[in-house]
Amino acid sequence: MAMTDAATLNTDDLKASVARMFARKRRVALAVPVLIALYLVYIFFAFDLPGLAARARLDNAAILVADSYSYKTHVTLDNRADQITVAIEGQRKGTYAKGTEPDWVKIAGDTAVVTLPRGAKVEMGPQGMHFTVPNYGEISARIDADNHVVADLPPGPVPDWISASNTRLGITTPYGRVNVTRSKTEVFRYFLGWEMFFFTLDSPYSGLSIGQLADAVLTGDRIDPNRGNLAGMWQDFWGNDVWNHGNVAKAMFETMLMAFLGTMSAAILALPLAFLSARNFTPLMGLRFGVRRVFDFLRGVDGLIWTIILTRAFGLGPLTGTLAIMLTDTGSFGKIFSEALENVDERQIEGIRATGANPVQRYRFGVIPQLMPVLLSQVLYFLESNTRSATVIGAIVGGGIGLLLTQAINTQKDWEQVAYYILLILAMVMLMDWISGLIRRRLIKGK
Amino acid sequence: MDDGLTGLARVRADYIASLRQRRLVGGVVLILFAALMATGFVLANAENSGGFWRGLPHIFDFPAEILSEAARKVGELPGLLVHYIPALVETLNIAAIATLIGTLGGGLFSMLATPGLALWPRAIPVFRRIMDLCRAFPEIVVALVLIYVMGGGPVPATIAITIHSVGALGKFFSEVNENADLKPVEGLTSVGAGWLQRIWLGVVPQVAPNYLSYALLRFEINIRASAILGFVGAGGIGYELRNAISWGKGRYDAAAAVFILLILTIMVVDQTSSALRNRLTKGA
Repeated sequence: MAMTDAATLNTDDLKASVARMFARKRRVALAVPVLIALYLVYIFFAFDLPGLAARARLDNAAILVADSYSYKTHVTLDNRADQITVAIEGQRKGTYAKGTEPDWVKIAGDTAVVTLPRGAKVEMGPQGMHFTVPNYGEISARIDADNHVVADLPPGPVPDWISASNTRLGITTPYGRVNVTRSKTEVFRYFLGWEMFFFTLDSPYSGLSIGQLADAVLTGDRIDPNRGNLAGMWQDFWGNDVWNHGNVAKAMFETMLMAFLGTMSAAILALPLAFLSARNFTPLMGLRFGVRRVFDFLRGVDGLIWTIILTRAFGLGPLTGTLAIMLTDTGSFGKIFSEALENVDERQIEGIRATGANPVQRYRFGVIPQLMPVLLSQVLYFLESNTRSATVIGAIVGGGIGLLLTQAINTQKDWEQVAYYILLILAMVMLMDWISGLIRRRLIKGK
Repeated sequence: MDDGLTGLARVRADYIASLRQRRLVGGVVLILFAALMATGFVLANAENSGGFWRGLPHIFDFPAEILSEAARKVGELPGLLVHYIPALVETLNIAAIATLIGTLGGGLFSMLATPGLALWPRAIPVFRRIMDLCRAFPEIVVALVLIYVMGGGPVPATIAITIHSVGALGKFFSEVNENADLKPVEGLTSVGAGWLQRIWLGVVPQVAPNYLSYALLRFEINIRASAILGFVGAGGIGYELRNAISWGKGRYDAAAAVFILLILTIMVVDQTSSALRNRLTKGA
């Protein structure tokens, strides 16, 4: 295509070459989407997406979503002991003491009447269970002499929300759920919200409204005679042993501590090393090469492997996480800082030298001020992204909110706590993002 | 002022005073920072199950154990390396798909969130907030929840990393978009091009090199993320690493093989992508 002489310019050649170029561009433009499509087809089978539908547990998803914003209270009749208990989520800590049951449960001796929303009602006792379902009818169940569960349904086909056998009767309605087995009869009533978030049931402050609590703090009548109201409320809230607010706060602090210490110590370590690996500050090629390979090694080994190695030496905890972040980021910072150092303006250093400054003064007044914007903005950027990393590393080294999150997910029932931790983590990351953006703008884009 | 100074002397005195004040503030900030770091380390050390000074001499014990065992069974190493290749490929696939979808999604979101390019200018803040939220989700949160719903395998990790990639790339892409020349867009508008045509023909050719460069960087980050997620249960090489380590002494040759594969991959991708990025941003 090289035209050496204007006179030899041949429009046909030019046209042909342009046409070839267009054809090539078209082929490339077509090839890229085709390659991507082929790759996606390969992934479709490599990741076994057809099998995913079979593996996915949508019932798990439903439980997870429902549990993250609602909770259920169990009313349980033990068929053998003829005893009725009312407990939030069936937990021991959420069990109502005798006589303090919520007003939708009426207990008289060994029988109970449970009022469910919109006119549904369950009566239960030693002689059996009666469930009044609006728009359907009455369902009864009892345990017969052969120790079988005998269900008595309204006439007509059995709807799919009732499952009945001679060992178990399960009824799931929008008003609540009922389970009858040989050993016990259980009624579940659902409520919106996070149960016992402020006080557990054994605290004297549970069940009081905000107005009542504020009133108690202001007027000073002690609800618990042994403690002042405000102090007592704080103790019971902070030590709430379902939600563990104190521990959660400590875990959040640990996570931020890991991110902060890891980032800052990495920056402090990387700065002098960066001088050793910058072409214009270290003429010795061997030294420069060595330091650079150290940076590559620190970065290449990756945070995960550092975490594993350090866990073996230092045990589990936030210090291990801090050191893992520090080692990885020393490599990243070293590379970024040394690139910034190679781009500094030599004239400023010349100027400082002209005033008779010694090398330390030349670095302090000629180099550092030029490096500062890059250094600060990178440190702040890493601080924000390390808050996220510290969550993951915390899950491995057993520290911080990451550990609480994995524990809550692994128990597979406290999804409201999982939701709470996720909200806290999101708030923490967004806060760090906001703060680091604020400082960056103030420090770098003119004060 | 009544201190009798005039002219140069007055300027000098003022300068010295302001300098002294600045140095004082700087010094106080420095001391506070040092104190903060020191207390932080003491706190972290107290919470750790093993102490820093007790652990320091043993820092190379574990790598040494692994290396010595790998050296003793060096004959088995090639076999083990081959054995772990499929897991490595899975990790790479997770990262690649997440980067691919993240680039497409981030590109679309960034276009919708850039003034002058947005299809619905009033919705710009909405798309910005969506990207912020995607970026804020640590991958582990999404991955662990999805593992519960979908069972194990690569899909939960892929979705988790994709969500984060969309947010992170979207933010970088928005910055690139803001520097794009709007004249081609105006030209296309004047000949009656639709929104997709304006973006595809007027903006994408300008921003493509920068997009690709950020996408390559993200691919690097995503490989690391996908390895870590594997370690907490999402399949791939991270999962194999966890198993290999938990077998303990006697099977450290397997751990060594995984370490080698992982480190080599990260280094190769790191070097390749940095060379490619240099070419893309500085022109071939």
